[in-house]
Amino acid sequence: MYAFEYKRPASLAEAAQLLSGDDEAKLVAGGQTFIPTLKQRLAQPSTVIDLGAIGELAGIREEAGGVTIGAMTRHGQVASNDVVRRVIPSLAGMAEVIGDPQVRNLGTLGGSIANNDPAADYPGALLALQATIRTNKREIAADDFLTGMFDTALEADEIIKEVHFKKPDVGHYEKFRNPASRYAIVGAYVTRYGGTVRVAITGAGACAHRWSAAESALGGNFAADAVAGLTVDAGDLNSDIHASADYRAHLVKVMTQRAVKACA
Amino acid sequence: MTKVSMTINGKEMSGEVEGRTLLVDFLRQNLGLTGTHVGCDTSQCGCCVVHVDGRSVKACTMLAVQANGSKVTTIEGLAAADGALHPVQAAFREHHGLQCGFCTPGMIMSAVDLLQHNANPTEHEVREWLEGNICRCTGYHNIVKAILAAAESMRGGVAHAAE
Repeated sequence: MYAFEYKRPASLAEAAQLLSGDDEAKLVAGGQTFIPTLKQRLAQPSTVIDLGAIGELAGIREEAGGVTIGAMTRHGQVASNDVVRRVIPSLAGMAEVIGDPQVRNLGTLGGSIANNDPAADYPGALLALQATIRTNKREIAADDFLTGMFDTALEADEIIKEVHFKKPDVGHYEKFRNPASRYAIVGAYVTRYGGTVRVAITGAGACAHRWSAAESALGGNFAADAVAGLTVDAGDLNSDIHASADYRAHLVKVMTQRAVKACA
Repeated sequence: MTKVSMTINGKEMSGEVEGRTLLVDFLRQNLGLTGTHVGCDTSQCGCCVVHVDGRSVKACTMLAVQANGSKVTTIEGLAAADGALHPVQAAFREHHGLQCGFCTPGMIMSAVDLLQHNANPTEHEVREWLEGNICRCTGYHNIVKAILAAAESMRGGVAHAAE
């Protein structure tokens, strides 16, 4: 790890001030991706601004037909929280299959979505649960937030405060896990809001995205067979030592079908 | 350098660290608490698991400064003051839950965290919980057996006799 200066602001305003005053500064939330990145010397921030002491970034509450979760809330807290389990059980279930228990005890919602790893679980949840990302500056709809591999709509000095997830009628996240890292090789998060269906795919492409053909098909007939005749174009999908693009295309359909079945 | 203070195994301890000093390095190098091991140093193997404010974390993936002001428990802090082993430690010994022993501190700290919030886990739950702990000797069978026996003993029952 390269040396850096460490700051631990007590408020969001103070953190934003530190961040805007230094182009080379980076935020650390739970650190479960950022610290390994620093160890590999893939980043060399001048200053690391720790969000861990900012009370206004923590907490979970029920709000306007859904759940609002503070950016610094740990995955383990989401998985075990009574409000989340009651209002959006599929979201608690998703948090429970991130990494391992120790990673879930430190890793955060805000850190995961700001990093936008192509194989991370939370970005798909943003799309499937019609989330709204609230920052220190504005509100961003999930569909506008994820802009590419490790890229988001966040400005350089913008900090995620909390995320509102809209409660679906039913939902389920089905994940085909890498057996070593437990990242998603492909994950499908399916939700139904009345006659509208959302299908968010993670792990397969540059970043989480919606599978619109499946959404239309499932909107007319919410059954696993409804997507059986669809084809997934492997051309834009990831290919690596873990899975070829063709295999990922196959998994997109299988995971979607399993998620739909689990919603029943 | 930054001064950090934490309550480690019930004692107030402090030291000077760089921002980039990992919690595990602070414990091992500054404080000499070498019971916490470094296996992979890439957040995967779980040899470095300690408790920070009551929750198990990987001490190789947390900065010492992030734990400033926290309550930390390491493997050295589990046994009673008179040296009596914690029930999980005792069960690992009784059921041969270790071979080379390198992963053992992390395995035990993970298991203690599990039993804090699930006093009666199934074998499946124990195996799922050990997702982040790797035993290169592949001694999982007796590790799981030891944890289940510890759970039973902590609930007031009698642990199964070692086979």
